[in-house]
Amino acid sequence: MRSNRVGWLLLAPTIAILGIFGIVPFLYVLYVAFHQWNPFGANPYMIYNGANNFRRLVFDNEFLTSIAFTLKFAFFAVLSEVVLGYFLAQLFMKEFPGRGLFRTIHTLPLIVAPIVVGSVWRLMTTPSIGIIPYLLKSWFGYDLNIGRDATMAFALTVIMDIWHWTPLVTLTLLAALVSLPKEPFEQAQIDGANRWQIFWHVTLPMIRPAILATVFIRLMDALRTVDEVWMLTGGGPGAATRYLGLHIWKIVFPKTDYGYGSATSVIVLYLTLVMCWLLYVALVARRGQKRAS
Amino acid sequence: MRANRPILSILLWTLLSLVTLFPIYWLFVISVKPAVELFTTPSVLLDTVYWKNYVKVLGDDTLRRYMFNSIVISTGNAVLVTVLAFMACYALSRFDLPGKENIFFWTITNRMAPAAVFLLPFFLLFTQVFVIGEWKLYDTRTGMILLYCTFNLPFAIWTLRPTIDAIPKELDEAATVDGATTWQVIREVIFPLARPGLAVTLILTWVFAWNEFLLAATLTSFNARTITTGLSEYVTTTGTEWGTMASIAIITLIPALLIFSVVQRHIVAGLTFGAVKE
Repeated sequence: MRSNRVGWLLLAPTIAILGIFGIVPFLYVLYVAFHQWNPFGANPYMIYNGANNFRRLVFDNEFLTSIAFTLKFAFFAVLSEVVLGYFLAQLFMKEFPGRGLFRTIHTLPLIVAPIVVGSVWRLMTTPSIGIIPYLLKSWFGYDLNIGRDATMAFALTVIMDIWHWTPLVTLTLLAALVSLPKEPFEQAQIDGANRWQIFWHVTLPMIRPAILATVFIRLMDALRTVDEVWMLTGGGPGAATRYLGLHIWKIVFPKTDYGYGSATSVIVLYLTLVMCWLLYVALVARRGQKRAS
Repeated sequence: MRANRPILSILLWTLLSLVTLFPIYWLFVISVKPAVELFTTPSVLLDTVYWKNYVKVLGDDTLRRYMFNSIVISTGNAVLVTVLAFMACYALSRFDLPGKENIFFWTITNRMAPAAVFLLPFFLLFTQVFVIGEWKLYDTRTGMILLYCTFNLPFAIWTLRPTIDAIPKELDEAATVDGATTWQVIREVIFPLARPGLAVTLILTWVFAWNEFLLAATLTSFNARTITTGLSEYVTTTGTEWGTMASIAIITLIPALLIFSVVQRHIVAGLTFGAVKE
């Protein structure tokens, strides 16, 4: 093996940039989290108050329901995106007329900014002026009112997320599928494996790292979604779509409660981290075992 | 659904494309309607087209400037991030660095932070720490290019690593035995094989930078303001100029589409030599 110095040199810029723009702000937020601080409140100074912010969090009903809703949202959105994205990537592997055009169309949602996506979906679904409630009403006689119906509002945020982010999954998985070697598939075909067996024993093990990386990215992004949901539902009705990113936003901006907002962020970051770490260790350890056997 | 039944594929894709395109079509519909007509009974088809929003947007110098900033920042950031991630992934994949798996995981934690609270430390960094005389990192394109690394670099490293790991180590070992330097191995062996992965990374980091809103809204005021933030200036609490916003959104699709079609070709370039058969 070549000397590790080259390896560290190649990693150095990454570590430097993420150190400055990642660790330093984090330490600042951690510091603020142990203070009571509302810069626009009656007392604008930072006052040390130990773990009080964290103690308050444990009994904060809004926060706890927000966690539950966020997890539900992330679960449904990411699961659908990965399944659908994989299926679409497989379809793109085949030659058919107009493939390039369809691929371009399929990636279009990605280049619409989240804040615009939220706005469009809101205009499409607002009762009495939106096209979707209008069509549902005249075709099926169904009343869609996301301002009142919490289940529908939740479902709509999930559908919007699927619409917006499935192309990302398709693209990353397509790149992974494209760079797979050809031989294992030919060998499996010679051995008489059926399509399901090929998928389960050949394709899946080879692209598992790519699927894993994609799930991680999507999971993380779903857990901190703000702009889209903010524009679509504003977190309502009630608190049905008040996901964590939005929840923190509401603590920090309308209420300017920085201390409490920082504490919430630290806990959210911690929960996300633990969840991802467990998932990572579980899946990577399994991969390691398979390789060893 | 085999390759010999293209009709089925085309039918399926046409259906899917309709679903994909509908919200974008609706965005266009909003952009060519006068404000009063938005709040009447909707209809799927357009009867009259009202171009005033576009005339207004295209004639606006400020918006042109924002557009230019967006192109510079997204392209600069995507290229920087892809190059850095490529280097980092090569190091993580090919060297036996102590604690490298922890470093790999640490990079992704930078993407987990909920943005709202982190705006403040970023703002302080940009206005108080990175200051040289009169010059501040605040409201500069360089600042945004560097800052977007916090969420794009982890993303790039995580999407690229599987690609680099999948390239057989024997290939670069063989090249090293033949006397190639590390730089030559990266350029001649790894780079061509990693091309689909690099193309996807470049596209997606570009998109994330292009679409980013919260950070740009807080850390730029005019000189480095991006178009996404610019269009959100039409979304206010007292009422949104939907038409103007939608027409800017439609215009911003054009440069994004151009970049997409150029880079996308490299994703499937790999298809010619590594196609999977079912």
